[in-house]
Amino acid sequence: MIAELITVALGAILINNFIFSQFLGICPFMGVSKSTDTATGMGLAVTFVMGLASAVCWPINHFILEPNKLVFMQTIVFILVIASLVQFIEMFLQKAMPALYTALGVYLPLITTNCAVLGVVLQNTQNSYGFITSVVYGVTGGLGFLLAIYLFASVREKMEYSECPKSFEGFPIALVAAGLLALCFMGFSGLKLPIG
Amino acid sequence: MTTVIFSVVLLLVMGAVFGAILAFAAKVFAVEKDPKEEAILGCLPGANCGGCGFPGCAGYAAAVASGKAGVNNCAAGGEAVAAQIAQIMGVAAGESVKMVAAVHCTGCGADKTKYNYVGVQDCLAASRVAGGGALSCDFGCLGFGTCQKVCPFDAIHVKNGVAVVDEDKCKACSKCVDACPRHIIYLEPYKTKKHVAIHCSSKAKGPVVTKVCSNGCIGCSLCAKACPKQAITVENFLAKIDYDKCVGCGICAQKCPRGLITVDGVVPEKKPVPPKPAAPAAPKAEPAPKAEEAPKPAEPAAEAPKAEEKPAETKSE
Repeated sequence: MIAELITVALGAILINNFIFSQFLGICPFMGVSKSTDTATGMGLAVTFVMGLASAVCWPINHFILEPNKLVFMQTIVFILVIASLVQFIEMFLQKAMPALYTALGVYLPLITTNCAVLGVVLQNTQNSYGFITSVVYGVTGGLGFLLAIYLFASVREKMEYSECPKSFEGFPIALVAAGLLALCFMGFSGLKLPIG
Repeated sequence: MTTVIFSVVLLLVMGAVFGAILAFAAKVFAVEKDPKEEAILGCLPGANCGGCGFPGCAGYAAAVASGKAGVNNCAAGGEAVAAQIAQIMGVAAGESVKMVAAVHCTGCGADKTKYNYVGVQDCLAASRVAGGGALSCDFGCLGFGTCQKVCPFDAIHVKNGVAVVDEDKCKACSKCVDACPRHIIYLEPYKTKKHVAIHCSSKAKGPVVTKVCSNGCIGCSLCAKACPKQAITVENFLAKIDYDKCVGCGICAQKCPRGLITVDGVVPEKKPVPPKPAAPAAPKAEPAPKAEEAPKPAEPAAEAPKAEEKPAETKSE
């Protein structure tokens, strides 16, 4: 059990990193990576939502969709669930934890149905993970996102001060840098894990 | 068929349940936002210039609503907005003095350069090259319009090699003040009837100034001696007006041998120097031509009474 969880966690963070290996969630990755501060906020928000979405979607899939042979409805049901969930969390945080709300508040609506969030719950069902494994996969997938966006934001902060050809300024050079980072992460695909 | 119906019903039910939960949550977790904050935000100009020192108009509105900021900090909105906000907050607006950015350079030395600068057309870049820019005067406006680029209100423009502020459009947001690499833009209060200004930043000695500029301040102190309120001080060969003391009489402008001091944006015509009563019999011919020298020869009679009026008006204030 523990070995499986470690395998899932390491896989989600390094080997099958949502950004660099699966290319999910590129939109916030490019959009909010101009400074490490906002990148950290975004990464934490994604981790939070991914973990919660995994936890909520697993019982819905297991107790409602599968017994009724409605697995083909997964995508649309999950979108509905995640969207409502994020809305709910936002309201809840605003009331109960204003400090956390001010830290994450701006980013929460941005990731309402982010493809990485949807991706994590769909992969949970595809890999037929159990409840705990699903939650671990969701949280560690988010941590992988946090790692990726933080690294990338640090790179972009340095890039601000470097000279680059006019036609490459802004997004083009950022995409090139993202590609190089993804190549670096290819190195992790050689990691040998006990299971999987 | 049953699958289709069942899936539709399932989605409808789920949608309804989640909708109900959200509607319920909206009521339970509703956070009371200060209605004043939104009302204040409504009256602010929304330019998010940051001139008030808060992050954008929303930040300022929140600060005012919570009592952390005064009602008259919005430079862009001016008194009209201050009055509106004061009404919302139920306090007196107090006086908000109109501030206007002023470029302390007349550009009269703009054509005198040390070398031909062909680099990036930007003040910051130009000020970094040898000698701090090509302009002969080390304190003058470089005229590449960095201030023009940062102005959110289109209120500052480079004309004939010097930046000129459009006083009607200027909202005193300080963006140009911060952007100018030569630090020659200042915010000046407009509180007297007539605005007297010394638009020069040159701290160089007199002979140096005369070489590079036709009306730069040489630090002769004539204005400081003439000022009835001691509002002018000369430091580092540069005269400065203390606007807390200035009453806008314009006497200094009469005395300035360089024609630098302006009253309401124009250099006043020199009024003829009255013959000194101490030496009446002495060369009567001498003071007369002196008086003729200063005003333009065409209409000395017409100009003289006008110039006399100005100081008289302000004295009565």
